Amino acid sequence: MIPQSFEYHAPRTVAEASSLLARLGSDGKILAGGHSLVPMMKLRLAAPKHIVDIGRIAELAHIREEDGTIQIGALATHFNIESSPLLKDRCPLLVETAREIGDVQVRNRGTIGGSLAHADPAADWPAAILALGGEILAVSARGERRIPARDFFLDVMTSALEFDEILTAIRVPALPARGGDAYLKLHHPASGFAVVGVAARVLLNAQGAVQEAAVGITGVAPKAYRATGVEAALRGKSPSARHIEAAASHAADGIEVNSDLYASADYRRHLAAIYTRRALERAAERAAAS
Amino acid sequence: MKIKVKVNGAWREDEVEPRLLLVHYLRDVAGLTGTHIGCETSICGACTVLVNGEAVKSCTLFAVQADGAEILTIEGLAPDGQLHPLQQGFWEEHGLQCGFCTPGMILASYQLLKRNPHPSPEEIRQGLEGNLCRCTGYQHIVKAVEWAAARMSS
Ligand code: FES
Ligand code: FES
Repeated sequence: MIPQSFEYHAPRTVAEASSLLARLGSDGKILAGGHSLVPMMKLRLAAPKHIVDIGRIAELAHIREEDGTIQIGALATHFNIESSPLLKDRCPLLVETAREIGDVQVRNRGTIGGSLAHADPAADWPAAILALGGEILAVSARGERRIPARDFFLDVMTSALEFDEILTAIRVPALPARGGDAYLKLHHPASGFAVVGVAARVLLNAQGAVQEAAVGITGVAPKAYRATGVEAALRGKSPSARHIEAAASHAADGIEVNSDLYASADYRRHLAAIYTRRALERAAERAAAS
Repeated sequence: MKIKVKVNGAWREDEVEPRLLLVHYLRDVAGLTGTHIGCETSICGACTVLVNGEAVKSCTLFAVQADGAEILTIEGLAPDGQLHPLQQGFWEEHGLQCGFCTPGMILASYQLLKRNPHPSPEEIRQGLEGNLCRCTGYQHIVKAVEWAAARMSS
């Protein structure tokens, strides 16, 4: 499989990369780890004239915490996240999500920024970033903007990024006191992508009732979404099995559900409720134990 | 464009087209045909090599992305003809039949034992989840890795 020819650029700074992208316009395409783009280029589903490889921009590979907010550089690989002691302690949902992606080799190369920018409707990160209420930092020659996760995913393989924008980092709140989270996924047996993937974060109040529940779901619809019906149904309730199950039944309310050879729309809707219930149960247990 | 890479301990410089995949660079330019091509779609792991110590699927990387990197292929595991414990383990425990998947299996196992020198059988299976074998049924591969782990820690 031989991709179409292209011109290769390897900028060393974000400033250099953004001026390149400004010049190239829609002919330019950003390459990070290459685990979404290279397969598309080999199949000639993508044939960019210019590749801007941001893989050597060292400033984009950080993972750090600032005042309760976790910031992850776009170039952090799934493995970097999976093996980060800081994240294990401060944002375990990201570690749990990273572990579910692809395989060892893919996690060594694939990056969180690349995956989010690709906006595959069955990718894992969108569910986690949505549930965490994260924001995405995008830089271009025109400046920097912060895009809330809920405004970032527009459609199948379509994000809110403009041609000349570089996704530089992701910001999510660290796990608060009396909080717990979980990511649960049914893997497609061949591709490993999510047939259904549910990320949940539950925050309990001092009385042990649910102060806030957040649920992000991937694999089910043309884009990942927040299951607001589930969240509203659980707010203020005790996290009992009965309340969680009732809330989880709203997992696909008002959603146009995907259907394919492996899972019909009905089956996916069913799975969405089951995985939502399990993810909420696990998150609530962890919140109670924290 | 010109790239410079250290393959199995020796630096080399080559002029390559940006679209050349690393696996094709290793096989066709560097002449190291121990790295196999199976699926070409990031699934099977036959093309696994180590780039700067990390196992990658070399069919999913452009050679230009590896510019400046150190690469280890199966040929580099036994530079002086002395089999690496992993190679020995695959031999002793019948970890291969046709051998097509073996270079990738061994390099993925190499990565695994670096990160976890004493893996359980379950951890070995997880560490090799990105490598497919159509012959062995995996049981012997797990045993081969256990054999090597024991040998390497003794
Ligand atoms: S040939 Fe690279 S993963 Fe199969
Ligand atoms: S030994 Fe034949 S594919 Fe593994």
